Amino acid sequence: MSEVSSRPGAAASPGPLQHHFADLKQQKAAASLGMWVFIAQEVLFFGGLFATYTVYRMTYPEAFSAGSQHLSWKIGFFNTLVLIASSLTMAMGVHSAALGRAKRIVAWLLATIFLGSLFLGVKYFEYEEKIAPCFGLGAGPGCLVPGERFDASVLHVAVDMAPQTQIFYSLYFAMTGLHALHMIIGIPIILWIAHAAWRGRYSAEWHTPVEIVGLYWHFVDIIWIFLFPLLYLIGTH
Amino acid sequence: MNQGTEAKAMTPEANTLPKEHYLNAGYGWKSWLLTTDHKRIAILYLVSISVMFVLGGLYAALIRWNLLVPDGSHMSAETYNRVFTAHGVIMIFFFLIPSIPVTLGNFLIPLMIGARDLAFPRINLLSWYVYVIGAAFTLYSLFSGGLDTGWTFYTPYSTVFAQSNVAFAAIGIFIAGFSSILTGLNFIVTIHTMRAPGMTWFRLPLFVWAHYATAIIQILGTPVVAITILLVALERLFHFGFFDPARGGDPILFQHLFWFYSHPAVYIMILPSMGVISELITCFSRKRIFGYSFIAMSSMAIAVIGFLIWAHHMFVSGMSVYSAMIFSALTYLVAIPSAVKVFNWTATMFRGSISWETPMMYVFGFIGLFLIGGLTGLFLGNLGTDVHLTDTYFVVAHFHYIMVGGAIMGYLGGIHFWWPKIFGRTYSEWWGRISAVLIFVGFNMTFLPQFLLGYLGMPRRYHAYPEEFQVLNVLSTAGALILGIGYLFPSLYLVYSMVKGEPAGNNPWGARGLEWETTSPPPAHNFERTPVVEDEAYAYDKAPREAFGV
Amino acid sequence: MNQAFPLLPEQASAQAGEVDALFFFIVAVTVFFTIGISLVILFFAVKYRRRSDEDRPREIHGSLWLELVWTIIPLGIVILMFAWGSKVFFQMNRPPDDAMNVSVVGKRWMWKVQQPTGQREINELHVPVGRAVKLTITSEDVIHSFFVPAFRIKKDAVPGRYNVAWFRATKVGTYHLFCAEYCGTEHSKMIGRVVVMEPEDYQTWLAGGPPPESPVVAGEQLFTELNCITCHRPDSAGRGPVLNGIFGRGVKLASGDTVVADEAYVHESILNPATKVVAGYQPVMPTYQGLVTEEQLIALIAYIKSLQIPSGETVPVPEEAE
Repeated sequence: MSEVSSRPGAAASPGPLQHHFADLKQQKAAASLGMWVFIAQEVLFFGGLFATYTVYRMTYPEAFSAGSQHLSWKIGFFNTLVLIASSLTMAMGVHSAALGRAKRIVAWLLATIFLGSLFLGVKYFEYEEKIAPCFGLGAGPGCLVPGERFDASVLHVAVDMAPQTQIFYSLYFAMTGLHALHMIIGIPIILWIAHAAWRGRYSAEWHTPVEIVGLYWHFVDIIWIFLFPLLYLIGTH
Repeated sequence: MNQGTEAKAMTPEANTLPKEHYLNAGYGWKSWLLTTDHKRIAILYLVSISVMFVLGGLYAALIRWNLLVPDGSHMSAETYNRVFTAHGVIMIFFFLIPSIPVTLGNFLIPLMIGARDLAFPRINLLSWYVYVIGAAFTLYSLFSGGLDTGWTFYTPYSTVFAQSNVAFAAIGIFIAGFSSILTGLNFIVTIHTMRAPGMTWFRLPLFVWAHYATAIIQILGTPVVAITILLVALERLFHFGFFDPARGGDPILFQHLFWFYSHPAVYIMILPSMGVISELITCFSRKRIFGYSFIAMSSMAIAVIGFLIWAHHMFVSGMSVYSAMIFSALTYLVAIPSAVKVFNWTATMFRGSISWETPMMYVFGFIGLFLIGGLTGLFLGNLGTDVHLTDTYFVVAHFHYIMVGGAIMGYLGGIHFWWPKIFGRTYSEWWGRISAVLIFVGFNMTFLPQFLLGYLGMPRRYHAYPEEFQVLNVLSTAGALILGIGYLFPSLYLVYSMVKGEPAGNNPWGARGLEWETTSPPPAHNFERTPVVEDEAYAYDKAPREAFGV
Repeated sequence: MNQAFPLLPEQASAQAGEVDALFFFIVAVTVFFTIGISLVILFFAVKYRRRSDEDRPREIHGSLWLELVWTIIPLGIVILMFAWGSKVFFQMNRPPDDAMNVSVVGKRWMWKVQQPTGQREINELHVPVGRAVKLTITSEDVIHSFFVPAFRIKKDAVPGRYNVAWFRATKVGTYHLFCAEYCGTEHSKMIGRVVVMEPEDYQTWLAGGPPPESPVVAGEQLFTELNCITCHRPDSAGRGPVLNGIFGRGVKLASGDTVVADEAYVHESILNPATKVVAGYQPVMPTYQGLVTEEQLIALIAYIKSLQIPSGETVPVPEEAE
C-alpha cells in the first residue's frame, strides 16, 4: 500500500514548473485561484469606499450632484472608452497566448500599456486642473483639493454646502486615486510579462501569467465602469 | 506497510536527529532572510511575534502598575493613554492576529495536507517583510511622540483632536493588514489546490479547516479595515473630512467600517486556536474527534455569521432600537457554533485514553477560559445588560478571556505540541506543566476581578479611578505578576531545549496526521515522496503509520 | 458608595432592578455551564486517564441526536435571553411623556448640564427622586459617553447628534457620573456626580443661586441677537419659513421629501441650512456653523419648540405652502 508517485519531472525540468507543484495543471490552478482570491480581496477594499460613497450620497444628494456637475463627463467618457479598448487589447493578448503566438502577445500587451498610459495621462490633466490652483498655479477654475484651500465658490453652491461638496471631492480623489494606483502598479507588471513573452517563456501549454494579469486588468477596468457613472454622471440631468 | 507496526519505535535511546533537515539545509543570514521554505518563514515569524509579545507584555505591566493606585500618581495621564494604546495596537495587530496562522499555520498546513510548500512561497516571504515594515512604521510612531487614540482609533478624536502620531501608526497598520491578507490568500489557495492524493476535504485535520475559515475572514475583512484606516490617515494628513462632523462627516460611519473588520478579527484570533485544540484533544485522548463535520462546519458558520454582528459594539451610540435588536439576535446566533465545539470536544474525551502532558494541560486551560470568555459574551450581546457593561472593565475582562485566555492558551498548547516536530527536541515536561498551571491561575487572578470592576461601573481606559475600586485592581495586578512569571518560564525552557533537549523522534506523542509521518525536524522538502492518504483524520484506532521516506 | 470594597453596584433607578434581574439570570446560566462542563471534563480526565501505553479506546464517530440536543437547548436559552434583553432595552429607550428635560453637553473634559428651568451645572446633575428625567445628550467635540452606574444607564454623546436616555431615580443619594468613551488626556477626570434629592430639597436647591434664565428665554434673546427674526417672522411675509407651530410636524422639502422638524432637523438647519430647504423657499440662509455653541443651539431649539400658532389665526405652515 501507500504506493508512491515519484513526481515525474519535478527534479529535472528547468521549465516553468516550480519545485513544490506536482504538475503544471496544479500550478495553473493555484495561480488562477490565487488571482481570484486577490480580486475578492480587492472588491472588499474598494467596497469600503463604495459604502462610504453610498452613505454620503444618500445624506447629501444635492451636494454630490453639484460636485459632480463640475467634473467633465466628456473627458470621463473618453477615458471610459480608452479603458474598454484596453480591456479588448488585453483579451486579444490572452487569446494570442492561448494560441502560443509570442510576437502577438507582445504587440497586444504593448497596445494595452499604451491605452492604460493614455488613460493616466488624461487623468493627470484632470487632476492638475483641480490641484494646481491650490498652489496658485495653472489656469484651472479653482482649488478643489479637500482641505483648508478648498474653494467651493467655483461649484456655485450655497456656502454651507462647501463641506459636503468637499466630501464629494474627497471621495473623488480617494476613489479615482486608488484606481489610478492600481493601473500604475499594473502597467509595469504587464511590461514585465510582455518582456517574458518576448523571451519566449510562454507557450500554448503554459501562459498562466498572461491570463492572470489579464484578470487583474479587467478587474481594474470594471472598477472604473462603476466609478464613471457614480462620480461623473449623477449631476447631469 | 504499517498497519501492524506498533508505536514502539520511539524509546528515547532510539531517537537521533535526522542527518539532513530544514534547519541545517543552509547557514548564514541569507539562507534565512531570503528563504522561501514555509518552515523557515514560520520561524522568522515566531521570532518577530515573540518580540512583539514581549513588548506588548511590558506595556501591560506598565498599565497594571499604574492601576495599583487610584489617583494615577505612577504616571501622567498622557503617558498612561499612550501605554494602553501601545499595548492594544501591538498585541492585536502584531501579535494576536498573526500569532497562530503565521507560525503554526505556516509550518504545519503544507505538512498536514502532504504538500511540499505553500502555493506561493515567495508571497509567503513577502508577507513577512510586509509585516516587518508595518511593525517598523507603527513602532516608530509609538516611540516618537506615541499614539493616544486607543487601538480603536475612534473618530473624530483620532482624526482631529489627538495630539499624537496617528498618521504614521495608521499607515503601519494599513501595511501590516496586507501581510495578513497575503497569508490568508496563500492558505486558501494551498488548501484548495495542494492536497496530497487521497486527502479529501473531509479528511482534512480540523486545524486546516479552522485556518481555511480564518483565511476567508482575512481576505474579506482585512481590506475593509485597511481602507478605513487609510481614510483616517488621509483625513489626518489632508483634512478629507469623512468622519469629522464639523466638515459634514459622520463619526459613527467610522465605527461601522471599523467593526466590520474588527469584530471578525476576534475570530481570526480564536478560530486557529480552536483548530489547535481539536488536534490536541484527539491526540491526548487517543480518540477520533466527536462530530468531525459539526466542528468543521461550525468554523465556517462562525466565519460567516461573524461578519453580520459588528454593530453590537455600538448599542449605546444612538442606533435605532430595531437595528440594535437585529444585531443582538445575530450575535446570539454566533454563540451556538462555539457551544457546539465545546460540547464536541468534551464528548471526544468520553471513554478515551487521556494523558496529562503539557499540551493537554493547555487544552484544559483553554476550555475553562474559553467557557468563561464565551459565556460572558452573552452579557454583552444582550441589549439589556450591554448598556450598563459596555466600555467598562467587564468588556476588558471578557475580551481578554477570549483573546488571551482562548487564543494564547491555544497558541502555547500548539507550540508545546509541535515543538518537538519544529526543532526535533523535547523540553522539560515538569517545567511545562508548572508553567501551564501558573499561567492559568495568574490569568484568572488578573481578569476575574475585572468582571466585578466592570459590573461596579469602572470605565475602561481610566488613568485614575474612585477609591472603592482599588482592592480589586490590586488583586488584578498581583495576578498579572503571576501571569508574567508564567509566560517567562516557557521562553526559558523552550529556548534551552533547542540546544540541550533530547531528540524527540518522528512521533513522540503517538499522534496521527501527515506531519508526524516525516522526520523531526522535517526535511527541506517536507516529504521525500508524496504521501498518500488512506484514512480519515484522527484514526487513533489504528496504529500510527511509519514515516515516509526515512 | 462609601463602602470600601463593594461587590455589587448600588441600585438607584427603576431600571437598575430590571437590569440586575436579567444580569443574574445570565450569571446563573454562565455559572451552570462553566462549572458543569469543567466538572465533566475533569471527571473524564481522571476516570479515563491513560493506564497503559497500549490503550486503544474504541472509536465513537459522533451522534446526530446529541448534536441536535446541544444545538437546540442553547438556542432556546439564548432566544429567551435575547427576548428579555430586548424588552429591557425598549423600556430604556422609551422615556415617558411626563419626563423633565435635561440637556447634557459633553466637552473635553467636562459635562455641562442644564435643568429644564435653566440652571446650569458642570459635572453635576441634581434631580428629584421619583421623577422621570429625560436626557438629551450631545457633544461639542469628540465622542463621550454619559454613564451613571447606579442607574444602569449609558449613552454616547456624539457631536452633531442628539441622543436620548432617561431614568427615574428611586433613592436619595450621590452617585458617580462617568465618561465611558475614551476622549483624550483627561478622560478619567471627566467624572462628576448625580445628586438625587427629595422633591422639596430639589425645589430649594433650584431656588438657591442666581435666578436662572430659562432656555426658552435665552433662545428668544438669541433669536433676536442673531437676526433670525428678520427672515423667520410669525407672519408669512419673511424670506424664511414661519416657525410657529412647526416643531414636531412634517415639513415638505424642496427635494420632494418630507422630514419631521425635530431637534436633529432644526440643529442641522441652523448649521447647514442649504441641506434640507423647505419647499417654496430659496437657500438664502447663511450657515451658523462656528457662530453658535451647542448650548446656544439647545436654547434656540427650546425657543422654537415653544413657538405656538397664535390663536385664531391660520398661519400657512410650509406643508401647505405650495
